[in-house]
Amino acid sequence: MQRSPVRDLIVGLFVLLGLASIGYLSIEVGGLYYSGPSGFKLIATFDEVGDLKPRAAVVIAGVKVGQVVSIELDEILRARCELDIDPGLGLDVETSAAIMTVGLLGEKFVALEPGGLDQMLKSGDEIGRTVSALSIEKLVGKIVNDTGLEED
Amino acid sequence: MRAKPIENLGFQTLMVIEHFGRIAQFGVRIVACLVTRPYRFRRLMADVFDAGVLSLPVVCLSGAVVGGTLSLLGYTTLVRFGAEEALGTLVGLSVIRELGPVLTALLVTGRAGSAIAAEIATMVTTEQLDGLRMMSIDPIDFVVSPKALALLLVMPLLVGLFIVFSLMGGYGVAVGLLGVDGGSFTSSLKGAVEFWDDVVGSFSKAITFGGLTGLIATYRGYISEPTAAGVSAATTSTVVIASVSILVFDFFLNGFWGV
Amino acid sequence: MSKPTAQEFRIAFDGVDLRRGERCIFDGLSCGFPRGRISVVLGASGAGKSTLIRMIGGLQKPDSGSIRLAGQDITAFSERELFKIRDRIGMLFQGGALLDSMTVAENVALPLCEHTRLSDADIQAEVNRRLVAVGLAETGHLYPRELSGGMSRRAALARAIVMDPEILLVDEPFSGLDPINVRRIEMLLVDLNQHLDLTLIVTSHHMASSLRMADRLIFMVDGIAIAGSPADLLKSEDERIVEFLNAESDRFAERHELDVTPLLRRRGDA
Repeated sequence: MQRSPVRDLIVGLFVLLGLASIGYLSIEVGGLYYSGPSGFKLIATFDEVGDLKPRAAVVIAGVKVGQVVSIELDEILRARCELDIDPGLGLDVETSAAIMTVGLLGEKFVALEPGGLDQMLKSGDEIGRTVSALSIEKLVGKIVNDTGLEED
Repeated sequence: MRAKPIENLGFQTLMVIEHFGRIAQFGVRIVACLVTRPYRFRRLMADVFDAGVLSLPVVCLSGAVVGGTLSLLGYTTLVRFGAEEALGTLVGLSVIRELGPVLTALLVTGRAGSAIAAEIATMVTTEQLDGLRMMSIDPIDFVVSPKALALLLVMPLLVGLFIVFSLMGGYGVAVGLLGVDGGSFTSSLKGAVEFWDDVVGSFSKAITFGGLTGLIATYRGYISEPTAAGVSAATTSTVVIASVSILVFDFFLNGFWGV
Repeated sequence: MSKPTAQEFRIAFDGVDLRRGERCIFDGLSCGFPRGRISVVLGASGAGKSTLIRMIGGLQKPDSGSIRLAGQDITAFSERELFKIRDRIGMLFQGGALLDSMTVAENVALPLCEHTRLSDADIQAEVNRRLVAVGLAETGHLYPRELSGGMSRRAALARAIVMDPEILLVDEPFSGLDPINVRRIEMLLVDLNQHLDLTLIVTSHHMASSLRMADRLIFMVDGIAIAGSPADLLKSEDERIVEFLNAESDRFAERHELDVTPLLRRRGDA
C-alpha cells in the first residue's frame, strides 16, 4: 500500500475533530469533572427517599457540593444513604439533611443545612436530623383530609 | 418447496439462525485477525478515510438541520407554557440520547456500510478475494478486518460531530430565528445533560452501532453471489438489515440503560 | 492409492465427485498432470474447467475423492495448511483478479511484501524485472482499471510468478483477447514452462493455441476427463472429442443443420 501523506493528514485531522467533539460533549455539556471519591463521607438515614437515585446531587444553599454514593436499607428498614461531599466545607454536628425536588415533579436531590455549633462532623459520621422525601400522593391525601373534602 | 408453506417457514427460520451463527463466527475471525500480526495500519487509514472523512459532509449537514428542526418544533409547543428556555434541554437530550447515535448510524450505514458491502462483493465477483487466498493472504485479515474496524472507530467520532452540529443548529435557530435567550438555552442544555447517563450512553450506542454495521456490511459483502446481481443484493440487504438491527438494538439499549 | 501413475504425476485427481444441487459437475473424475509439462484442459463452457483448476488451488473442495499434490491429499487440508502449499502454486485468474485499490506495481509486490523479508529496494527491483518480462515495464504506476484486458492479464501473470512457483494454474488466459494478445500470452506461458521448468495447467476453449502449446490435453466431458497427448486425441474415435475438435471446421455446419431462416425473416414479412 502506497503511503499518501495528504490522506493520512486528513484522517488525522478528522480523528482530532471527532475526539474534540466528544471531549466538548463530555466536559462542557455533560459536566464531567473528577468525580472520584473525595474521601469525606457522611451517612444520612431517611424514612422515605422517594425516587432519589445514586449520583443524585447533594447541595448546600443551592450549590452542588457532592453526590449520593449509595442507597440501601439498614437493619431497621430505613433508607441509609452514603453521601460523598467536598471535604473542605466544615459541617457541624447539627447539620440536617432533607430530600427535595427540583420544581414540582423534577428530580430528587439531598439538601444539607448547616447548624451553628462548633463541633464538626468527621468523615463517616451520621447526620442526625433528616427530613424525608415528600411524596405528591401523600401530600394530596393530606390536603384532602385537612380540608374535609372527604365524603362523610 | 413453495407448495409447503409451513415447511418453508421452518426452513427460513433455520436459515436465519444459521446466519446468526455464521455472523458470530465471522466476528470472531475478524477480531482474531485484528489482534494478531500483521497489523494493517495503512489499509485501516484508507478505510477510515473512506468511511469517516467522506461521511463527514452528510453527517454534519444532517446534524445541523436536525438540531434546527427540533428547535423549531419544540418552540411552538414550549412557548405555550412559557417554557421556551427549556429548548436547550429538549434539543440536547433528544439529540444526545437518541437522535445523534441512531441517525448517524443510519446515515453511515447508507453511505459507508453500503459502499463497503459493494466493494467486498465486487472483490468476490472479480475473484480478487480468491486471488488473495492463492497468494496465501487471508482476505478477512487483509480486506475485511480493517473495514470493520474502521466503521467501529469512525462511528463515535461521527456521532460526536453530529451532536455538536445539531446543538449548533438548534442554538442558531433558537437564538437567531426565534429570539430565545442564548444564555438560558445553554444553561438549560448543560443543566439537563448528565455525563454518565446521557453522554456515556450515547457513545456506548455509537460504538455498538459502529460494530454492528461493520460486521453486517462486511459479512454480507463476503458471502455475496459472484454476479452483478449478487453485488446489488449485498448492497441493498446490508442497508436494510443493518438499519433494522440498529433500531432494534437501540430499543434494547434504551431499556438496558434505563430511560 | 496404488495407482502406478501416482508418482509420475505432479498433481493427480482420483474419483472426484462434485454436485451442485441437481447438476452433476464431476462424476468420478480421475486424471493426472505431469510435472514440468503444459497440460491444457479443454471442454465446453460449464464443463467444470475452472472448477477443476480452483480445486487444485484448494479454493473449492470436492464432495468425495482425493486430489494429490506432490503425494499429499489436499482435500483434507485446512485453510492454514493450504496457505503453506500455496507458496508453491501461482494462479492466473480469468479476469486477472488484480486488487483494484492498488497500482500494478503494488499488486505484483504484494506477495513479496507479505511473505518475504526483502528490503523495499529489492522488492522494487524484483517487481520491475517481472513487469519487464511480461512487457509492462512502463505501467507500474497505473491502476488495474486503467489497463486493457490483455495488459491486466499480463500484469496478473507477473504477480502469479513473482514468488517463483513450481505450479502455475491458468484459467482461460485467451478469452476475450485479440489474436495478437492471444499469441503473446501463449508465448509467455511456453517460455515460462521451458525456462523455469514450471508445471503449467491451462484451461481453454481456444483450440489452435491449445494444440500448439499442450504437452497433454485433458477433455472434460460429462463429468469425467479423457486425457492424452494432442496427437492421441486428434486420432481419437470418441464422438464427443471428434465433435469438439471439428467445431471450427466446415464439417460441423454440415452435421448440425440448424434452420436459421425464421431468424432471417423481418418482422411483418409474410
